[in-house]
Amino acid sequence: MQFDKELDARGLNCPLPILKTKSALNGMQSGQVLKVTSTDAGSVKDMEAFAKQTGNPLVESSTDSKEYVFYLRKK
Amino acid sequence: MEERAKRMAIIATKGTLDMAYPPFILASTAAALGYEVQIFFTFYGLQLLKKSLKHIKISPLANPAMPMPVPMPTLIKSVPGMERMATQMMKTKIKKKGVASLEDLRSMCQEAGVKFIACEMTVHLFDFKRSDFIEGIDFGGAATFLDFAGDTDICLFI
Repeated sequence: MQFDKELDARGLNCPLPILKTKSALNGMQSGQVLKVTSTDAGSVKDMEAFAKQTGNPLVESSTDSKEYVFYLRKK
Repeated sequence: MEERAKRMAIIATKGTLDMAYPPFILASTAAALGYEVQIFFTFYGLQLLKKSLKHIKISPLANPAMPMPVPMPTLIKSVPGMERMATQMMKTKIKKKGVASLEDLRSMCQEAGVKFIACEMTVHLFDFKRSDFIEGIDFGGAATFLDFAGDTDICLFI
């Protein structure tokens, strides 16, 4: 999937992946896509909750062994 | 008319390393989700607003739930130096597991616009000086806090 900005949140634990995702989105234009890679298993549910509550849709997510990848579209 | 942002109010009353995390984690996350957040720091919680957080410790004493590398009788937990050792152990674990430091979480709260209120009464009670605390905080009493807390979606006592 195409993306405009990438955030490496590997090795970080709750709530850092969410806080860093929020600040990464702050610097983006509406419609742009942010790719986030995390190793925190809790970020799977947290990222869904973040997308739901902030209105930035989670357009795709996948798990590759122990890494979790999320694509969020800036609202 | 645009709906007002959700609000969360927290009363932070504890000054140990383990109890310092929940207010800062919840406040920073809520702010990232668009909440308007205030934390009222009172009694031992006031220690969390000191310029340096190096004095924030965890004690294994009277804390039977704290995982220890080896089973430890209560009497041993009271030996001088145990608190320092437990704190060092916990801080090493925190760093190794990618958990944010208290200092970082606190600054992230401030950057995200979380409002910190120091309990004025506690400042006097313990003979603290305003200059002991970080910049950008307010000083106030229960009525100040309740003015905000009375109209929140989440209100927590920690």
